[in-house]
Amino acid sequence: MLYIKCPHCGLRSQNEFSYGGDATVKRPELNKEVSDQNWDNFVYLRKSPRGKHLELWQHISGCRQWIKVERDTLTHEIFKTLKANEEL
Amino acid sequence: MSENYRLEKGGLINRNKKIKFKFNGKKYFGYEGDTLASALLANGVHLVGRSFKYHRPRGFFGAGVDEPYAIVQMNRNNEVDPNVRATEQELFEGLEAKSVNCWPNVNFDIGAINNFLNKFFPAGFYYKTFMWPKSFWYKIYEPIIRKAAGFGAASIKHDKERYEHKYEYCDLLIAGTGPSGLASAYAAAQNGARVILAEDKSRIGGSLLVNEVTIGNQSGQEWAEKIISELKSMPNVIIKNRSQVFGYYDHNMLVMSERVSDHLPKTDKYTPKQRLWYIRAKEVIISSGSIERPLVFGNNDTPGVMLSSAAKEYLKVYGVLVGKKPIIFTNNDSGYETAIEFKKNGIDPLILDSRKNPDSEIIKEAKDLEISIKFSYVVVAANGYKKVNSANIAKISDDKKIISNIESIKCDCICVSGFWTPTIHLASQSGNKTKFNEEIDAFVPSKSKQKETTLGSANGVFTLEETLKTSFEKGSELSKQITNKENKVSIPTVVEKKSSKHDKFWCVPLPEGKNYKRFLDFQNDVSVSDIQLALREGYRSIEHVKRYTTLGMATDQGKTSNLNGLQLVSEVENKVVPQVGHTTFRPPYTPVAIGAIVGREVGKHSKPTRKSPMHYWHEKNNAVFVDAGVWLRPRYYKQGNENLFEASKREAKNVRQNVGVCDVTTLGKIDIKGPDAAEFLNRVYTNAWLKLPVGKARYGVMLREDGIVMDDGTTTRISENHYHMTTTTAQAANVLSHLEYYLQLVWPELNVNVVSSTEQWAGAAIAGPKSRDVLQRLFPDLDVSKEGLPFMGYMEGNLFGVNAKIFRISFSGELAYEVNVESDNGNFMWEKIMEIGKEFNIQPYGTEALSTLRIEMGHVAGSELDGRTIPYDNSLEGLVSKKKDFIGKRSLSKKAFIEPDRQKVVGVVPLDKKTSIPEGSYIVKDAKAKLPNPKLGHVSASCWSVEYDNPFSLAIIKDGKNMIGQKLFAMSPLKNKTIPVEIVSSHYVDPKGERVRS
Ligand SMILES: [Zn+2]
Repeated sequence: MLYIKCPHCGLRSQNEFSYGGDATVKRPELNKEVSDQNWDNFVYLRKSPRGKHLELWQHISGCRQWIKVERDTLTHEIFKTLKANEEL
Repeated sequence: MSENYRLEKGGLINRNKKIKFKFNGKKYFGYEGDTLASALLANGVHLVGRSFKYHRPRGFFGAGVDEPYAIVQMNRNNEVDPNVRATEQELFEGLEAKSVNCWPNVNFDIGAINNFLNKFFPAGFYYKTFMWPKSFWYKIYEPIIRKAAGFGAASIKHDKERYEHKYEYCDLLIAGTGPSGLASAYAAAQNGARVILAEDKSRIGGSLLVNEVTIGNQSGQEWAEKIISELKSMPNVIIKNRSQVFGYYDHNMLVMSERVSDHLPKTDKYTPKQRLWYIRAKEVIISSGSIERPLVFGNNDTPGVMLSSAAKEYLKVYGVLVGKKPIIFTNNDSGYETAIEFKKNGIDPLILDSRKNPDSEIIKEAKDLEISIKFSYVVVAANGYKKVNSANIAKISDDKKIISNIESIKCDCICVSGFWTPTIHLASQSGNKTKFNEEIDAFVPSKSKQKETTLGSANGVFTLEETLKTSFEKGSELSKQITNKENKVSIPTVVEKKSSKHDKFWCVPLPEGKNYKRFLDFQNDVSVSDIQLALREGYRSIEHVKRYTTLGMATDQGKTSNLNGLQLVSEVENKVVPQVGHTTFRPPYTPVAIGAIVGREVGKHSKPTRKSPMHYWHEKNNAVFVDAGVWLRPRYYKQGNENLFEASKREAKNVRQNVGVCDVTTLGKIDIKGPDAAEFLNRVYTNAWLKLPVGKARYGVMLREDGIVMDDGTTTRISENHYHMTTTTAQAANVLSHLEYYLQLVWPELNVNVVSSTEQWAGAAIAGPKSRDVLQRLFPDLDVSKEGLPFMGYMEGNLFGVNAKIFRISFSGELAYEVNVESDNGNFMWEKIMEIGKEFNIQPYGTEALSTLRIEMGHVAGSELDGRTIPYDNSLEGLVSKKKDFIGKRSLSKKAFIEPDRQKVVGVVPLDKKTSIPEGSYIVKDAKAKLPNPKLGHVSASCWSVEYDNPFSLAIIKDGKNMIGQKLFAMSPLKNKTIPVEIVSSHYVDPKGERVRS
């Protein structure tokens, strides 16, 4: 079980969090033309890297904040955790 | 029956307390402090089971976790427990156990015929044999193999025992209480660190209980006792015996299984049988010791052949002789310690040492005691079937290739010592890339991966002096980093006998013309020839060899077999062992009961049962409840002998004719506040929200980004910047996370706050043509007329002194209102509604009637919004704005979603107006078409229409819009039904929606 440092609450066990996928995906802006290809990329296509991955988690049983976690998908090492509005 | 193999004195057992037990139906006795294994050995019982593949007789091989043979089925307090190692099971009064893996019994085992047919059971026999004729596999081969295989039979009864989980945090977790564990724990505790010290056996002390050493001026055992009693008095130390740290997981979390009650006749009240500890440690010390390696020779699996260290443990801890005419076969000095122990107790052992001319203190001591020793000698084969009765021994050449002078010697046990294998499982699980240590012919941990430090013989250090020194130092150093305190402890002087170097020899060659089976893996019956065959057949990777031959795959996970297997592969392949590498050490280190893993996740899985404030009223009024997510909701209120069908029909009918009341507390509620709340809702829902006036509610549909409907519900504008959103019961939590996602990550510029208020409000839906009359009586001061409170209107009122929110919304399709009051007042509200509604013939209705009402009205719900449908499919396209953008809108223009024959919800009526259509049925054009019959769609929900008194269903079918009026078939292969049906509008009752607006 991972040990994730919530930037708001501190170190907590994984079972307090829920996973939210790739944190680098940007939703296309509202009311702007989006090509089929770009929309499909946003909705469906995700990279599945072996190694460092910046991903979203929500501290669902804690402060309910969505946070960013930089994690190695192979070793589970967590390098850094960030608030939703912070960039690496 | 008397104990013929118990010494008159000695051992750590309590001789004042005799304990009666039964094995395979026969009565025996032992003493308090015995294991089942030691008690059986004291009674001279060596035959305890049959091997996995050949069903050869099996005795005891070890004295602890490494035991590959003595697996028994326990019967304790009327519960059965399979796969229990007799070497770990402590004796208790009335214990009953029996052998496994033998049928019909251990003395006459029909499976043993496999032994004589062993040509049919080579490596990979599962893959090779029984392949032809194919039909024989299911009918003949498999059932027989199944009957003959496996360790014990699991109970099919519900396990009444209680298992617990516990989460714990500490500075240092120390696994193992031998010298390294005790020393490091002591040093760390002195520095104020929070320490958990775990021992898998019942006795703490590890090798100190069996080795003849002196620490300071005390024996090893006395020293251990002193340290333990000091540690026990310290508040920062937790000592757990009968506790196996079996897995090292990510981020320094380890899991330990504590056998809390297995040593007792039955589990005490308020105590679990077993407890699983999830321990997050800042530092971990692995002091798990080492396990003796077997030597490999002919028929080395015969009962009576066992590890020399086990024989010593039975002597020193239990006062039990494993034999009275022992042969000690060794390649190192450890065997001498066992021999000396025998000699001291009046037994004359014979030592066979594969080494030519070893010399050390301990060998000298053995010589001084006049123990017979033969150097350059080996055991070629054990003789005897159910018990060893003699050994063929021989001289071995210096290069270990040629044996000569074979002679047979009588004996009743053969104690083997092939040197020691460090227990590196935890280190390896942590991610430590282990390295091969040529000095000791075994793998040891190398650079730490997580926060783990391996000490003592687990680290390949076999002298007590060095072990104690490094352990005191490490315990002090690691704890100091955490506590910033240092209380120096002095390291005691040690007296131990120096050993000479072990012999790399481990496998006795076959004599000419002999074809003895020489076993590597004792539990899975993997022999030297099996590995050789696998290699001849081209298996190279050690992982493949393992799976093909099942080497190291049994419940003992190869604790005694892995290294010898690697030695063999490296010899045949002409590689060095580190090139071959070892297989992955996967948790658990020892088998863990499924019950312990499950813990309290039984029944409702520890989830709280949520009950509405009106729950007890429902209970008192004969409600039959149904699980709705974590909630309990009344399904129907039983009157007299009514069944579900009759009651729900009555309740639904009463709503259509008079008035009914339904507990809707479980609906998800989200409070939304902020100046940008309207804009936010406008982005979340598919319809327009910017112009909703204060005091009005609106029905809304929200999508996922892929265009699929996520949830629906009504949201009410309470005041300028304050909205009250409702969600379905099931989706409440997901919708909240969804809203938080967009507010925190996608549109952080929006000034909006959301919070769940589900539990703050109790809700009652009052529905039916007479609902306005009831409402007016509840709120005499309010104008609740058609004009005063129109459809989708909202007002606040005072319900006999209680603040209430009144929404004119309807799920039943009738004139209806939902009244919300603060949860604490829920029951008050409910009773008032019932009291006042009496003269209008009000009746409570449950979820079943609620379903009926919504289905015949064609209101979609969870069974249509099933995560696969878009608004169009649910006839909700009118709620999809063409002007504004919203979550998921772009997806709705995808090709598949705008096909002209896109699926759509329709109504389905059986032609005979009698036969109910099972939910999940397929809708097909031709009931007799060839299979697979192309399906048009499926029936999503079914009810008995109270309006028309016939069955009615909703279905989502291809080109639904053009199917109205068609005669089709509903087919349910599960219920074996084919029902001719007509497709009608999904709005079966009141298609124009006049009632809700009345
Ligand atoms: Zn948090």
